[in-house]
Amino acid sequence: MGAGHGHRLYFHGHSPVHRAPAHLKVLALVGFMLLVVATPRSWHLVQAGEALALLSVVALSRVPVSYLAPRMLIELPFALFAVLVPFISEGPRTEVWGVSVSEPGLEAGVALLIRGTLGVLASLTLASTTEPQDLLRGLQRLRMPDLIVQIMGFMIRYLDVITDELSAMMTALKSRGCDPRSPRHWPVMARALGALFIRSYERGERVHLAMLSRGYDGRLPQ
Amino acid sequence: MTTPVLDVRGLAFAYPDGHQALFGVDLHVHQGERVALLGPNGAGKTTLVLHLNGILVSGAGSVTVSGLPVAKQHLKEIRRRVGIVFQDPDDQLFLGTVRQDVAFGPANMGLKGAALDQRVMHSLDLVGMADYVDRPPHHLSYGQRRRVAVATVLAMEPEILVLDEPSSNLDPASRRELADILRSLEVTLLMVTHDLPYALELCPRSVVLSEGVVVADRSTFDVLTDDTLMSAHRLELPWGFDPRRIDNLSS
Repeated sequence: MGAGHGHRLYFHGHSPVHRAPAHLKVLALVGFMLLVVATPRSWHLVQAGEALALLSVVALSRVPVSYLAPRMLIELPFALFAVLVPFISEGPRTEVWGVSVSEPGLEAGVALLIRGTLGVLASLTLASTTEPQDLLRGLQRLRMPDLIVQIMGFMIRYLDVITDELSAMMTALKSRGCDPRSPRHWPVMARALGALFIRSYERGERVHLAMLSRGYDGRLPQ
Repeated sequence: MTTPVLDVRGLAFAYPDGHQALFGVDLHVHQGERVALLGPNGAGKTTLVLHLNGILVSGAGSVTVSGLPVAKQHLKEIRRRVGIVFQDPDDQLFLGTVRQDVAFGPANMGLKGAALDQRVMHSLDLVGMADYVDRPPHHLSYGQRRRVAVATVLAMEPEILVLDEPSSNLDPASRRELADILRSLEVTLLMVTHDLPYALELCPRSVVLSEGVVVADRSTFDVLTDDTLMSAHRLELPWGFDPRRIDNLSS
């Protein structure tokens, strides 16, 4: 049980970026991403401008780079793919540091990496400056369907509960000699995940009962 | 006598799979009473509780809350009158902040704005959790979550508060704090529990449910000291606990 504010990605602060209304931040993120994706690959100057704009927002938010950098590792599998592209693509070859790679592949890989990095950093900036609750209210204000906002709210609320249940199950399995890494024990792990699913499903039913008991009629009060 | 807050007559219920849980239960609770509902696992206690606010609908018999029968057309008012605190606070607290969770019930009843805020703060005051109003519930301790769960129901100003295993999973200090809170509330109380000392401490009257029927309805002290009744229905006091040697039963 952590104390105090927010969620794993949220970095507590009072900068103008933190204070900006959530729905504007969501709109800005979507707009920015559309712009990044729409920028032709060879317009490096524009891409540099986009990166500069994003970095100044990050600087303005006063979220330290040491906080953002490790969380950007989520991009790694994606980046790995971007690095592979020049090697597996066809077309005219060119040399980079003495290694022969495909020229269009290289361009595609670099473009992918730039867009991906900008996207991850922009999303992280939103996540680290906006509490999940504000984000939900922002989406509500943007007329996101009520049902979807409710589902997202429940996801945020129960993520920790279900993660705790999972880790308790894992501890219990390990205590009885199960090694989650060994493929021999994967069938057991699969059954444990199945059990977790059933438990979560049943919890969902109990939550629904508790909601009905307090007069829930399909709409969350504002 | 006045109309009972809770009037259960001849209630029988079988689950869709054919398992019959209740065989004609009669139970009356009058205003201001504090009643413990005791019984072994599988006696039908939870099934009975789910009938009190119309989550389950009886096969036979009736449930009436302050004169209003539990029926489809009255469900909203019934659910305001009967406040159920479920066993696992994580089932009861499903929104992002304590404030939203406590406001959920009264907002569904149509309360808005300043009146809603006032109701939320008052309910949290009653359970000593007003300082935590803007915290996410999953960052509270288990005992605190249990207290907030009680507040979410108090916020609906129920005529009867029904608690399912209120002392389960609490450490002794949280257990005592909750007892102090429950004692301070001026509300009719029905408490489902296996914690017999807790029943003795808080509820002057006990009803024993066993295999779907009420087998005893007496003072808690009488029930706990009736060894034949107790052993016949798998009720046991904790080791070393003797109700006869407690002389400061205030209520």
